[in-house]
Amino acid sequence: MAALQQTTVDSLKRAEAQLSARWLADLEASGAMRNLKGDDVKQQTGEFLDLLMVALERGAPQGITAAEWDETRLFLEKLSHQRALAGQDSQQTAHFIFALKGPVFAVLQEAFAGQPQALAEQTWQISQLLDLLAMHTIRVYQKSREGVIKRQQEELLELSTPVVKLWDGVLALPMIGTLDSQRTQVVMESLLQRIVDTGSEIAIIDITGVPTVDTLVAQHLLKTVTAIRLMGADCIISGVRPQIAQTIVHLGLDLQGVVTKANLADALALALRRLGLTVTKAV
Amino acid sequence: MERIPILRMGDFLLVTIQVDMHDQLALQLQDDLSERISRISARGVLIDISALDMVDSFIGRMIGMISGLSRIMDAETVLVGMQPAVAITLVELGMTLPGVSTALNVERGMTLLRERTYSQ
Repeated sequence: MAALQQTTVDSLKRAEAQLSARWLADLEASGAMRNLKGDDVKQQTGEFLDLLMVALERGAPQGITAAEWDETRLFLEKLSHQRALAGQDSQQTAHFIFALKGPVFAVLQEAFAGQPQALAEQTWQISQLLDLLAMHTIRVYQKSREGVIKRQQEELLELSTPVVKLWDGVLALPMIGTLDSQRTQVVMESLLQRIVDTGSEIAIIDITGVPTVDTLVAQHLLKTVTAIRLMGADCIISGVRPQIAQTIVHLGLDLQGVVTKANLADALALALRRLGLTVTKAV
Repeated sequence: MERIPILRMGDFLLVTIQVDMHDQLALQLQDDLSERISRISARGVLIDISALDMVDSFIGRMIGMISGLSRIMDAETVLVGMQPAVAITLVELGMTLPGVSTALNVERGMTLLRERTYSQ
């Protein structure tokens, strides 16, 4: 397979200004510039064209993994990372490169007028090259998005497991959402750490916000309760809704002597009683 | 050979595990402790594992056995100061140490021991 001819590179270089203008026009027409500043895009297209020309002039081999393409790749990575964070969709990001195809083909058509075979070959070559670059852009875009999603998941995990102090020596953990192994792990660790830090004797796990309790969730709860007991503190489970109580009984789950209460207030009352405290009405 | 010291506090024995427990050390402790309990006819044993940050199933079983043998020799056993990571590991290993009393720290463990032994 023949590589890009020198004529192609030269003609592209000569027409750089024209390429840039038409590329921008195409981008604008296709709507790929929505939500982006015109000046930014102009600067990016200019920068990309410069890098592309430099790489082509160096006689960069086919395939964009070679060292000659390092700067171009880096630029595209930065660009698609920015766009991913800015909330641009993948189509818009990919179109940044694909929109360059039209103007480039037009330039080639002029340069190879009267040589259909060479034109076809060069068009194919440059098309392949641009495809690879666009693909790389998409790959980085995808990775950046995945990074964003992962971070959000972690933040959600942290957010959904706050350990609150109800009284001196009484901690509460209001659980919201489904309990899976990973969340149980986080919950257990943060609760146990707080027990050590505060020296609390009683921990209340409130499961009002847990939509369903199945055997797995029950097992996770039991694990947490056992770990708390091993540390030398007591655990009360509160917020057992009627449906959940029914499910637990129907499933035949054995909560092994775990103290359960219908609501958080009852649990707190029990905790205070165990600590030897009484709440009375001020006269 | 290194040994885990067993301190006497009145009727109680205090065992503080400050080094990494290896199997031989655990067996030695079991021997020493049972011998000491019978010699001073101790009423209670307090095992402080706050410095222990790693356990395996063997050590977990040793802790269970030590508390079991103390109970047979009529001495209440309280395990205190377990680290969160250790508690999680034991639970994951399925060792829930049934029948072992626990407390958050030495002070509370002592209170618990006194309550149990003098209320009998």
